[in-house]
Parts: sequence; structure tokens; C-alpha cells
Amino acid sequence: MNLPVIIKFVIDLLAVLLLALGIKGLSKVKSARDANRLAAFAMSLSVVGLLSYYLGTSGIAIQSWIWIIIGSIIGSLFGAILAKKVPMTSMPETVALFNGCGGMSSLLVALGVAIFPIPSGQENFDFFKSLINEVSISVSIFVGAITFTGSIVAMAKLQGWLSTPGWTQSKVRHFVNIVFAVASLIAFFDLINGNTSSIWLLVIVSSLLGIGVTLPIGGADMPVVISLLNSYSGIAAAAAGFVVDSQLLIVAGAMVGAAGLILTQVMCKGMNRSLVSVLFGGSLSTQSTASSGSGEYTNITSCSVEECALTLEVANKVIIVPGYGLAVAQAQHTLREVTKKLEQNGIEVVYAIHPVAGRMPGHMNVLLAEADVPYEQLKEMDVVNPDFPATDVVLVLGANDVVNPQAKNDSSSPLYGMPVLDVQEARTVFVIKRGMSAGYSGIKNDLFDLPNTSMVFGDAKKVLNDLIGELKDLGVGEK
Amino acid sequence: MSFISLLWVLLLGSLLGLELIGKVPPTLHTPLMSGANAISGITMLAALTLIVKAEGNVPLLIIGSVSLGFALFNVVGGFFVTDRMLAMFSRKPSNKK
Repeated sequence: MNLPVIIKFVIDLLAVLLLALGIKGLSKVKSARDANRLAAFAMSLSVVGLLSYYLGTSGIAIQSWIWIIIGSIIGSLFGAILAKKVPMTSMPETVALFNGCGGMSSLLVALGVAIFPIPSGQENFDFFKSLINEVSISVSIFVGAITFTGSIVAMAKLQGWLSTPGWTQSKVRHFVNIVFAVASLIAFFDLINGNTSSIWLLVIVSSLLGIGVTLPIGGADMPVVISLLNSYSGIAAAAAGFVVDSQLLIVAGAMVGAAGLILTQVMCKGMNRSLVSVLFGGSLSTQSTASSGSGEYTNITSCSVEECALTLEVANKVIIVPGYGLAVAQAQHTLREVTKKLEQNGIEVVYAIHPVAGRMPGHMNVLLAEADVPYEQLKEMDVVNPDFPATDVVLVLGANDVVNPQAKNDSSSPLYGMPVLDVQEARTVFVIKRGMSAGYSGIKNDLFDLPNTSMVFGDAKKVLNDLIGELKDLGVGEK
Repeated sequence: MSFISLLWVLLLGSLLGLELIGKVPPTLHTPLMSGANAISGITMLAALTLIVKAEGNVPLLIIGSVSLGFALFNVVGGFFVTDRMLAMFSRKPSNKK
């Protein structure tokens, strides 16, 4: 072993260690931010390791440097700009876009190697080795293409650029996807047999397969799909690692692939859906969207913050339903102050956490934990649902679809079957909301029309601040 | 590296991933997904290798460069976005105890 090889080995080892520590550190609130930076550092370290290895062995041509710099600057610049500019609310689609580009990168590497085989000087032709090479190229292309088109479709659907076409809800889609899958299998074997031109067939059919599988899936299930595609992009990276013979790529890719699978499972569990039903069950929002989705509200009651405070004052049990709107308004600390006052007055306060509150699992728990809400007050949906009939007041803050009674009552509703919080069972429901806009699913919320529901319009943070003032005036929470 | 040892690397890497994530509380899954996504942009190393080994083959250089751009878009954007999310989660200085 000569020096550059040893240096690269040490750096690679260090990078793997740091990446693993980074993923592990992301599991604790306290260390998460540092861990993320650690992982970023490990990634840059791996680049330094690779470049110094080539500098020390074969050298890097000027021409190569130019193309490296062009690619790096353009990619990093766009990535950084998008990451800074994108609103917090569209996080799922942003992750989807990034993820798709990772898949595209693996695909291009494999394609490049397949079309222009890298001249390998020292080794002589080895059948076994060339077979492995072809298999890893095919896998990299197949998984990379599915990741790319799947992620782009997921992003477009979340952004609302793409709706769910009617035909994708019929059984035909399974047939179409099977055709794509079989065609990619044929292209795969054809490629291994040495027919290089079938690589284009593989690219096209696996891209179509990615579209065909993702298109029928509804917006509410998208986070699960993105998580799964994230896992795929790890697999694609590992396959690319086989293509260019890099252990570091294989380890990192495998870690991400395994991590993505676990995450996907957890998300499915949280939404009470199985992965199979997400992938093959079709969209929640089927054709009926038109009938029940765009209906007009007929019986909206709106009330002032003062009325809300008066009702809260005489309550015995209050349940808070926080949603994404709360997170966007950064109102969790203000909310905590309100609940402190209520508690001091002997009112029982509980937070009802829907599994996908905040659109992704765990989002809400973190926000509330940071605002010093005691962990015992955070109740999971199944635990809290039987409590609603005995509850005096429910405060819905920035949540919408997860409290829509349609999901239980209206079998024609696109939301039907989704687990929801039964807030309408409570005596009084206050919905704090900026306006009458629809929720994430774009579906009308029947809750708002119910006689025991009152809307308090305004920004969550402002309303809560006003509420603190009103409660103070009423003497709530004064000792 | 022989193919067999690469397979070992794959196996051990997968087990490591399962083990690492298995211990993460559900509360941090969103930033974790985003962070892991950024790490999957490690294919930038493959793209770099491609460019270095292209030896003046211009189409290959271009493919490698585009691939590198996509990968870095994923990596840089992914880490920045994760950082932004985690910043949103983290305590404000005034609330620190």
C-alpha cells in the first residue's frame, strides 16, 4: 500500500464514522443540529479524501477540474438558494425534489459508465467482474430512474401542479405498471447479455414505472412515499458504489436505504395504513372530490377572543389540538403560556397529538417539547379520543384535516377511513384559523359547520396573545 | 476490492443503518428523513470519480458534471434545509434554563 491509498482509507473510515455519528445524533433534540453539521462535514471530508487520492496517484487533468468546478458551483448554488428561500410549509415537496436529484445523479453515473466504459488498465477481462459491473449499472439505473420520476411526481402533486388523473384509480394502473416492470426486467437481462442499446429501454421503462407507481397515490399519503423514495435513493447510491468500486458509497448508501425503510414503516404505522395499501390502494381523494370537496359552508359561527376566554374560564377539561398552522406561526410558546394560566385555575389541559400532525410524524411533539409542555400532557390519538365527550372546550389551532368528521361519517368523502380526532364530541369547539381556506387535502371541513363549533379568525400567535390578555382581565390564573 | 468484500460492506452498512435508526424516537423523524436524504447525495463521489477518470472524453465529462451538479444540489440543499428545520425546533435563547 502506498501513501495515497492509506490516506484515503483513513479518511473514508473517518467519514463513515462521522456519518454514523451524525445519523445517531439526529436522534436527540439537543444534539440534532450539531449532528447535521457533523454529517455535512463528513461529506466534505469524503470529497477531500477522494480528490487528494487522485491527486496523489493518477493526478487530475485541468479539463476535469473545470468540469468539477462548473458542476459543483451550479449544483450547490441552486441547492443553497432553494433551501433558504423555500417556505417551511412546503418542506415535504422540497425534500422530494432534493431526493429525486440524488436519484438522477446515480442514474447519470451508471449511464456514463455504461456508454463510455472507464478504461481499466491493469486487470484483464474477467467474466465474473464484468457481470457484476453490468448488474450494478442496471440496478443503479433502474432504482435511480424510479427515484427521480417518482420524487418529481410526488413533488408536483404536493405543490398542486399535478392532480390525480381518474384513470389511475381504476384497476388498469396495475396492469400498466406490471407491463412497465416486466419490460424493465427484459431490458435488464438483455443488458446483462451484452446488448448495450437496451440501456435506453431500461431508462425509459423504469422512469415510466416511477411515474406509474406514484401518480395514483393521494396527497395525504405522500410523506410515506417520499420516505420510501428516500430509501430508494440510498439504494441507488449503494449501487453506484458498486459501479465505481467505492466502499464509502456503499456503506453510506446502505445506511440511508435501511434508515429510509424503518422511517417509512413508522410513518405508515402512525397513519394507520399499511405500506401495501399506500402503494397499491390508490388515492384517498378519488373522483368524489368534486362533490364533497368544494362544497360551500352554510352555518359558520364566528366569535371573538373574549367569548372564547369566557368559555375557557368556566371549563373543567380542555383539549388542545395543535396542527401545522401553529408551527408556522411559531406560537407554541404563547400556547404554553395560555395553558399555564388555565392549569393554575385548576383546569385540566391535555394536548391531542394526531399521528401526522404537522404533516410528518413527530413534528408536533418536538415543537411542544421545546415549549416546555410536560410530556405527560401529550396524548396520542387513540388515548385521547374516548375523552372528547367529557371535554368542555376543544381548541383547534392550525389543524384541519385531522379533525374533519367526514373521515368517519361520510363514506363518499375522499378522507373517509382516515383516523381523525373526534373533537366534535366535545361540548364546545373553537377553531383558531386565519381564514376559511381548505386544509392540506383541499377538502371542506364539516366540523366548521357544526353548531357547537365557533371560528376565531386570526393568526394563531396573535389570537393566543389576545387570549392571554383576556384571561388576565378575567383573573384566570392569578394566585 | 473483491466483489465479496464489497457485499460484506453492503451488508454491514445496512445493519448499521437499521440499528442507528431503530433507536431514534419518532419525534425527530422529519429532520432525520431530510438529513438522511442529504447523505444519499454521497453519489457525488461517484460523479467525481467519473469526471477524474474521463480522460478528456468530453461527453463523459459533461455527464459527470451534470451528475455532480444534481448530487450537490441534493447534498447542499438537504443539509441547509435540515438545519433550518432544526433551528425551528430549537429553543429560543430566552427560554433556556
